[in-house]
Amino acid sequence: MSAPALTSASLTGAFTPEAFAAHLKTVAHLPAWWLDRKQAAYDRFATAPMPKRTDESWRFATLTGLQLDGYARGGTVALPQLGHAPVGIAKAGRIVLANNRLVTHDAIAADFAARGVIFDTLQNALRRHGDLVKSHLLAQPAPQGSEKFAALHTAFLEDGAFLYVPRNVEIADPLAVFHYAHGAHSAVFPHTLVVAETGARVTLVDLFRSTDASRQFACGQNDLFASHGAEITYVAAQTWSRDTLSFQFNSTVARRDARVLSLNLHLGGRQARHESYSQLQAPGAHTEMLALTVARGRQEFDQRTLQIHQAPHTSSNLLYKNALLEQSKTIFSGLIVVDADAQKTDAYQSNRNLLLSDEAEANSLPGLEIQANDVRCTHGATSSPIDPEQEFYLQARGIRKAEADELLTFGFFEEVLSKLTNDQLHDALRELIRTQFKQ
Amino acid sequence: MPDITATDPATATADNPVQGIDQTAGNFSYKIDYEFDAGTGLSEQTIRYISAVKKEAPWILDFRLNALKQFQAKPLPTHWATKDLENIHFDKIRYYLAQGQKPKRTWDEVPDDIKKTFERLGIPEQERKFLAGVEAQFDSEAAYSNVKELVAKQGVIFLNSTEALREHPDLFRKWFGKVIPTGDNKFSALNSAVFSGGSFIYVPKGVKVTHPLQAYFRINAESFGQFERTLIIADEGAELTYMEGCTAPKFSTSTLHSAVVELVALKGAKIQYITVQNWANNVFNLVTKRGVAHEEAEIKWIDCNIGSRLTMKYPGVVLKGRKARGEVISIALANDGQHQDTGAKMIHAADETTSNIVAKSISVGQGRSTYRGVVHIPKHLKGCKNNTECDALLINTNSRTDTYPAITVRGNANPTQHEASVSKVSEEQIFYMQQRGLTEGQAMSLSVNGFVNDLASQFPMEYSVELKRLIDLEMEGSVG
Repeated sequence: MSAPALTSASLTGAFTPEAFAAHLKTVAHLPAWWLDRKQAAYDRFATAPMPKRTDESWRFATLTGLQLDGYARGGTVALPQLGHAPVGIAKAGRIVLANNRLVTHDAIAADFAARGVIFDTLQNALRRHGDLVKSHLLAQPAPQGSEKFAALHTAFLEDGAFLYVPRNVEIADPLAVFHYAHGAHSAVFPHTLVVAETGARVTLVDLFRSTDASRQFACGQNDLFASHGAEITYVAAQTWSRDTLSFQFNSTVARRDARVLSLNLHLGGRQARHESYSQLQAPGAHTEMLALTVARGRQEFDQRTLQIHQAPHTSSNLLYKNALLEQSKTIFSGLIVVDADAQKTDAYQSNRNLLLSDEAEANSLPGLEIQANDVRCTHGATSSPIDPEQEFYLQARGIRKAEADELLTFGFFEEVLSKLTNDQLHDALRELIRTQFKQ
Repeated sequence: MPDITATDPATATADNPVQGIDQTAGNFSYKIDYEFDAGTGLSEQTIRYISAVKKEAPWILDFRLNALKQFQAKPLPTHWATKDLENIHFDKIRYYLAQGQKPKRTWDEVPDDIKKTFERLGIPEQERKFLAGVEAQFDSEAAYSNVKELVAKQGVIFLNSTEALREHPDLFRKWFGKVIPTGDNKFSALNSAVFSGGSFIYVPKGVKVTHPLQAYFRINAESFGQFERTLIIADEGAELTYMEGCTAPKFSTSTLHSAVVELVALKGAKIQYITVQNWANNVFNLVTKRGVAHEEAEIKWIDCNIGSRLTMKYPGVVLKGRKARGEVISIALANDGQHQDTGAKMIHAADETTSNIVAKSISVGQGRSTYRGVVHIPKHLKGCKNNTECDALLINTNSRTDTYPAITVRGNANPTQHEASVSKVSEEQIFYMQQRGLTEGQAMSLSVNGFVNDLASQFPMEYSVELKRLIDLEMEGSVG
């Protein structure tokens, strides 16, 4: 397996000190505090060991797939090269990034801007709204075992999207951020930061795309901060190339009476790890954590979640659904933590695996750590094939088996998709899932 | 003969009414002059001493020495388990204490002080009432072992491991260490190095033992480590029920109990293994239990953990033959200063195998209960099924419970389901019962008994009554 003495090269892969120095030059115009943080993060990354087989937080994962060699910063891309396809939703604003750089930006309507809404690139926000960004950017604990890769993200983060919604402002249409990886061996570090102030309401969609099927590396994070009574809907649709090694970290903070709904659609990547960290910090906070995965070929999707109830009267609901085809593999590891004073917590965690192939493998590690007694915490995990009776019912009505299976699988996903109140968004995600099935 | 220096159970109860109750039943010790004592600490010498006094064959000594090396090489599993394991001082433990080498066949022959111990625990009485055979282990060796004549005539072998190694070496060696290899984990390696006592049972083809066989494990000495080794083989179509109980006096230093239990159920055999674990709460109880179920065989673990400071025990079944069935019924009660880290492992290795895990835990005071489980269904198996349910009840505001299941399913022909819930006793239920004149404590006891009732009813009558009584006592004074 691993060599007895690890050289520093095997710890950093392509992300050598020289590569980091070159990266720092490209962001030299950004505030000093940020550059200091990046330097500290790089040092953590370069010295932290790679995950080991005995690490509980990497149980069942294929560690041999995590090599970091052979990636580089991709070249500058213009919009026509991207073959950019619309998603079919009315948007309040749009940012398109490719290979970590801004390609195009449709600003938010002037009236929103006048009321203080900021929707801009992270670099612009760092320069113009430094203090605001500083208090929220990567300010919360996020990783569930991927400390090394999260440090890599901070070190090489070049540009991303920043959304700030001031007090009581409601934006009905979603804002969309496209993150492209273009060209072979490109490494991208997408980042989206959403700050919703008291009573604000907003929807943001992150779309992760590859322009071709080449080998790529993605290491992204999104930070969601919902202040008192705020409501954030966050949707991420991940369609990286099928030869991408992907890490995506999420950090969510919900304050008093805040509601955060996040839905992650996982379709792309060769090996994709998603880590989510939700904190319910004050009474009345509620989070919905949803995910849909269609795994096929030899894809491996590894999802690790943590929901921490830190205050009384908070609720959270997690529903992760996986459909597995061919030789694919999924891992779900979830943990609900209820702090000792978080009485009246209502937490739910559910992982449902639909096994559509005889060679697929579903792993479930649904965990609970409860330190308060007046709570309602339940979790469930199931793994099963399509119900033959339902299949028979459809076949008896003249629907071919393949189509019947697809219909039933969509029925399986609909429970999650129907939580979206925006119909266009609902249909757009459905279409993405359909495409994955058609392959 | 030795004086009686028993600690007075009455004073122990007065200190903490919630805690000691059931444990005080076993909370007394006699001063025994041990004829055999391996001293304190663990080294190659300790092992050579044990092997020499037992007059073992050379292969057993080699087996033990190899196990010692593995034990020393393995780290403590604290990367996933509690750090409390670091409080075990392996160099301060006495690994072998025995008064004699050969168990007595009648209670009259058992030395007075040891006999008194078991009489206080009610073992001879139970034997007369409903058991087919009894083995009573006192520290490292069995003091008494007997099987009813009727059962012996059917060809059933029921001995302690020391005797079995001498009398049935071929049968023993064939299965020994095959279900749980020495290096399975650090504590199975430790047991393999210093094992002594435990039961060896062989039930011949087609023999159904109607009454349970029982083993009772007693720790009497301070800073002692008990390492019994149990091997049960049910030949084709055979059936048996085995029950084990255990107690120890409460010493200020910690005591270690680390057993290895291996079960083999050949084609169509049925083994039911019942444990009521009631160690004093200074005992580290780190036990490896696993069975192999061949074609159409059934292994059922009924595991009840009430005592000990830290229990880590995950009874497992390897479902090796077609249509084999495995079941774990687990009840854990964690009171102040206790951590019950229990669960189950189901390894499916053949088509149409089914497994069922039902675990219920109750955390009282600052007690902590943890469920940990593994369900593994590999590729290309057809028609396997697993059901896992774990429910936790939290009594006080500072009680704690954790659940860490791990389920791997490969292929689309094997449905599994896992469900867990955590709750507290319903206020409405308590109110309802108080309305009808019960005190809050009585209502609480009734409610908790109701919570475990569906599992407790699967225990043999005597145990289920005992369990209810223990829960009643443990719940006393816990309200508020």
